[in-house]
Amino acid sequence: MSQVKNTPEINEQPAPRVQEWRRFIRVFFSRGLVVFGMVLLVIFVLTAIFGPLIAPYNPNTQNLKNTLAKPSSEHLLGTDFMGRDTLSRLIYGARMSLMVGVVALGIAALIGMVAGLMAGFYGSWVNAIIMRVVDTLMSFPMILLALLIAGLLGGGLQNVMIALGVAMIPAYARLMCGLVMSLKESDYVLAGKSIGSSEWRIMMRNILPNSFPPLIVLVTMQIGSAILAEAGLSYLGIGITPPTPSWGAMVNDGFRYMITNPLLSFIPGLAIMLVVFAFNMVGDGLRDALDPRLRGTI
Amino acid sequence: MLTYIVRRLIQSVIVVILVTILVFVGMRLLPGDPIYMLLNPNQLQNMTAEELDKLRQEAGLDRPMAVQYFEWIGNVLRGDLGRSIMTKSPVVDDLAKRIPVTAHLGIVAFIVGTMIGIPLGIISAIRRGTWLDTLVTTMANIGITVPTFWLGIMLIWLFAIYLNWLPVMGYTSPFVDFWLSTKRLIMPVFCLAIFPIAANARQARSSMLEILRQDYIRTAWSKGLRERAVIGRHALKNSLIPIVTLAGMGISGIVGGSVLIEQVFNIPGMGRLAIDSLFQHDYTYVQGITLIMTIVIVTSNLVVDLSYGWLDPRVRYN
Repeated sequence: MSQVKNTPEINEQPAPRVQEWRRFIRVFFSRGLVVFGMVLLVIFVLTAIFGPLIAPYNPNTQNLKNTLAKPSSEHLLGTDFMGRDTLSRLIYGARMSLMVGVVALGIAALIGMVAGLMAGFYGSWVNAIIMRVVDTLMSFPMILLALLIAGLLGGGLQNVMIALGVAMIPAYARLMCGLVMSLKESDYVLAGKSIGSSEWRIMMRNILPNSFPPLIVLVTMQIGSAILAEAGLSYLGIGITPPTPSWGAMVNDGFRYMITNPLLSFIPGLAIMLVVFAFNMVGDGLRDALDPRLRGTI
Repeated sequence: MLTYIVRRLIQSVIVVILVTILVFVGMRLLPGDPIYMLLNPNQLQNMTAEELDKLRQEAGLDRPMAVQYFEWIGNVLRGDLGRSIMTKSPVVDDLAKRIPVTAHLGIVAFIVGTMIGIPLGIISAIRRGTWLDTLVTTMANIGITVPTFWLGIMLIWLFAIYLNWLPVMGYTSPFVDFWLSTKRLIMPVFCLAIFPIAANARQARSSMLEILRQDYIRTAWSKGLRERAVIGRHALKNSLIPIVTLAGMGISGIVGGSVLIEQVFNIPGMGRLAIDSLFQHDYTYVQGITLIMTIVIVTSNLVVDLSYGWLDPRVRYN
């Protein structure tokens, strides 16, 4: 035993997984913009989670005697046309944005991954049918597709999440299909087949885990797109139903008071931009840290 | 090559047909009966069920969906997109007025997005690591994240309200008053072009950096060629493929973006019409607009695919 302890080559060698983790951390935090994005993201997520604790007022409480107030110690960002506290609405709006982003992405990633997995794994007519549907959905601009679906279902939080989720399925299906088709030819899948693994086992144990890195990158980047699209829908009046606070609707509400109080539109728009920027930067950082070969493809 | 073109054409037609079916069925599953939209609440109260059925029959909404679809697609092939359920006016007439407006806006935005974005990306790649590169990369990162409708509002505030340099909103045809038309177009075009500018710059930069690492570029340098020859003749054409793909895909973004921007700037184009008719459940309009938008996008994708061969002779169409 003592001899083993004295052999530094063996003992000081860190496990490969630890080394990989360290490399990931080093690459991820090596770019200033990525760190900045990460900080913004943490602030955004914490604000969304602890919103009710930090918001100074109820976001829907109206005070018609104090409408369109300028920023003051009482209302740090002023009040809107109904006398509601802008800061509180901004904080609650973060909750809505995060919820829409995460749930829409959950729907898109789940359905897209299954469809892509099927199309890539089984090929032939399964691939042809799934990919034609994907092509069809892709020929629509995402915002227009989400608009049509949201119009079809009627606005509201739940329907917006479904609309955006469906509108983003094609990106996942296409990425997953491409990944599966290349992974299918790999040695370990061949090895799995040769020892008699079932198709299900190969898909779940060999192919799926190996396609996670690019998928994680796409999910991170697409949450930003989902938040941006939700804001667009709410701006058009097809998104989250008032009076629930939504950043897009806040920009639209403020537009009418542009001359007297430009902050009302400026602040929520800036919040949308910073959050989308944060998700994109973190996505960029994850891509570089997980697999630099993905540069230019995602 | 010809076989490839024919196959891609057939694929494109299938996509367009699938879109029309999806929209046609989708619109009819919308909650709310368009007949109710035609009537004010007073009229609605006085109407009997039979009278409502008669109205529905007149609008052709009582027949099976498949019959309605085939009749519509048959008419489309003859150049008739149907009549508005609300106003009874032919959809083609209204679209003929709206399409040039959106096309004007979209084409200018596309040209601006390509002409500014690609050179910015290339310059940034050539001058990698300099302040110019940092500036372009940062601006491009901001450009792909900015909500365009918000940018529009901020521009209106700054240039139309605060500085009073540009008209607030609206649209004037360039054939009526070219100068006013251009002034009115500046802000919406910038908003529509900001994403393509940023995305093209990013793609052009990474694509150019990739090419600049290739052996043949090193050879060109070692031959003593000037920078203009190395970049212009050897690097540029080879870096164009991914750029062209992205620029082509940008058309889809511009078509989608026009929906929001026309709303912000009160421009009477197709995007605005799409929103209005979606809210009013005016089926025929939504179908007509989505058909035209899909054809534009599918055609641009086709042109992008076919341009690969010209840009890179190694690409063979199989």
